[in-house]
Amino acid sequence: MIEAVSLLGRRAIAAFVRAGRRARFLAQVLMHTGASLKRPRLTLREIYFSGVMSLVIIMVSGMFVGMVLGLQGFETLQKYGAQEQMGVLAALSLVRELGPVVSALLFASRAGSAITAEIGLMKTTEQLKAMDMMAIDPIARVVAPRFWAGVISMPLLAALFSAAGIFGAFVVAKILIGIDGGVFWGNMQAAVDVRYDVLNGVVKSVVFGVAIATIATFEGFDADPTAEGVSAATTRTVVTSALSVLALDLVLTGFMLRTPH
Amino acid sequence: MSDSNAPPPPPLVDIRDADFAYGARSILKGISLSVPRGKLVAIMGGSGCGKTTLLRLIGGQLKASRGSVHVDGQDVGALEKDDLYALRRKMGMLFQFGALFTDMTVFDNVAFQLREHTGLPEDMIRDLVLMKLNAVGLRGAAGMYPSELSGGMGRRVALARAIALDPMLMMYDEPFAGLDPISLAVVGQTIRRLNDALGITSIVVTHDVLESMQIVDYMYFISDGRIVGHGTPVEIRASSEPFIKQFVHAELDGPVPFHYPSRPYAADLGFNGGASS
Amino acid sequence: MEKSKYDFWVGLFIIGGFLALAFLALQVGDLNSERTRATYNVEARFENIGGLKFKAPVKSAGVLVGRVTDIRFDNQKFQAVATLALDAGYKFPKDTSASILTSGLLGEVYVGLDAGGDDKMLGAGDKITLTQSAVVLERLIGQMMFSKASEGAGDKDKK
Repeated sequence: MIEAVSLLGRRAIAAFVRAGRRARFLAQVLMHTGASLKRPRLTLREIYFSGVMSLVIIMVSGMFVGMVLGLQGFETLQKYGAQEQMGVLAALSLVRELGPVVSALLFASRAGSAITAEIGLMKTTEQLKAMDMMAIDPIARVVAPRFWAGVISMPLLAALFSAAGIFGAFVVAKILIGIDGGVFWGNMQAAVDVRYDVLNGVVKSVVFGVAIATIATFEGFDADPTAEGVSAATTRTVVTSALSVLALDLVLTGFMLRTPH
Repeated sequence: MSDSNAPPPPPLVDIRDADFAYGARSILKGISLSVPRGKLVAIMGGSGCGKTTLLRLIGGQLKASRGSVHVDGQDVGALEKDDLYALRRKMGMLFQFGALFTDMTVFDNVAFQLREHTGLPEDMIRDLVLMKLNAVGLRGAAGMYPSELSGGMGRRVALARAIALDPMLMMYDEPFAGLDPISLAVVGQTIRRLNDALGITSIVVTHDVLESMQIVDYMYFISDGRIVGHGTPVEIRASSEPFIKQFVHAELDGPVPFHYPSRPYAADLGFNGGASS
Repeated sequence: MEKSKYDFWVGLFIIGGFLALAFLALQVGDLNSERTRATYNVEARFENIGGLKFKAPVKSAGVLVGRVTDIRFDNQKFQAVATLALDAGYKFPKDTSASILTSGLLGEVYVGLDAGGDDKMLGAGDKITLTQSAVVLERLIGQMMFSKASEGAGDKDKK
């Protein structure tokens, strides 16, 4: 019993320490941002690897999620005779929640894990130490561009996810169910608010981008310099990112849903 | 080289009574050594004796817990990051497994520091890189990726990269590890040639006695975190110091015992005839 | 060659991302009609606004003419004050009345405007004086039960 309680305590303390180190790491990365701003090409290259390479999975998943929302929404709304509201349901769910959250989860497993593995491998093969010995700060040269690439890519990917999803819902509405296009878009436009729905969704995805990029780069940088260490770090990136995204989503939604005044 | 009546120039690397420990585990205990300018010095010892740690102290990646490490007159442990980085631009380090950047070609690896630290135009960088690659005999491999190179070639590319900025001090961490005899001789001769041709001061950390005897000017032996002997290769060969004798002649048992400390063999096997029980 | 490949794809990605954002803002959120059209504010006081929400539509003859932009409580007169942002293109007489209505039995709550006959038109900052509060279902049921009960009592008296 005492054993179990002290184990819990140890775990909690370890988690706390880790969160603190992550925050310090983020501060370090932010301090080195100036260097990567001077060389946008480095960040651009990383946007290619994390953003462009995630495009297919994001767009296809978005489309599927939108179509499922369309079908399920229609099924439920039909009972209340409100099937014209299907577009509203799909758009609000996507723009507010599913777009930012699901694309963040996909991004963490597609790009976040790749970033961790890449940095971890560079550490294992002493590339980071070699860079440091060449008087080049690895945080400025390796970490910062990957971090910013993640922060920039995330909201764009989330927007593409939502857009693909709404298009998927539209396809279902128009072709499978036969809802009039004008009604579909009209109801949607009446219900979706640019500031409280679309912009809040973008804010969420930016926050998720910062969280995932911090976790992915930190875990890679902090990985044990062995093959097992890198694979454990990659797993930690995906798990921690997913939990952080969902927890942050709860907090952000709590703030955003308060009646605006 | 210098005037015979002038005082000898201060050594490039001067370590005084340095200690280092990872937490409670003591790695280096009271190390003092100096590396004169222009010389090629070997630091030898068994695996895990703290040789690599010593290089990290000189490069400033670790800080001595006691004592001092001076390079070119500067106290490495006391430098701020900017000054340390300025000093490191004058140092080159060859890592044990090369540590080449795997996402860049051989050419880009060698050009890396030139591009990062100098504002040189690209055509001038190209000439410099090809010169460095030519010095290690790998001009023809410029377009290859590190994964396509053999171990010895990778080591030589890493060497070309380390000398890209013409450092005053070169450090080699186990440059001979895992090489076949031919590659080993090539790397050894290249280290010596670079040292003489470019006027570099070099420190080689290795456990390969025979190869280093051929190329170095002076050797230090480290065992269990302490310096246990030093001298020129000729002196070392003639030394009667037990540890050096064992190390140089690769004897199985000596001051470094073959057996890890343990209970008497007989007792472990369960014979009660032993005096121990 | 490598570099121009990155440039091209990243450029495409960023353009695509911003197009998606524009799509969400314009086609899904209808930023056009929300922000760019000029509006003027008028105030309406109600005894009870029922389920009226911020951003609820304001309709006249069934046509959307504006939105509710603010709801507050007047602590002096103990009334609800709703600010209506009306489309500058629509003018209403001074004696227009506002009522809180529900579309269908369970539909959204909105403000309905019925034009009066005054020559003068409502301007920015004006107050709509003729208002009709929300129909609160519980009260309606309560009233009905009360009247039924008194009817019943009357019947007993007759016997």
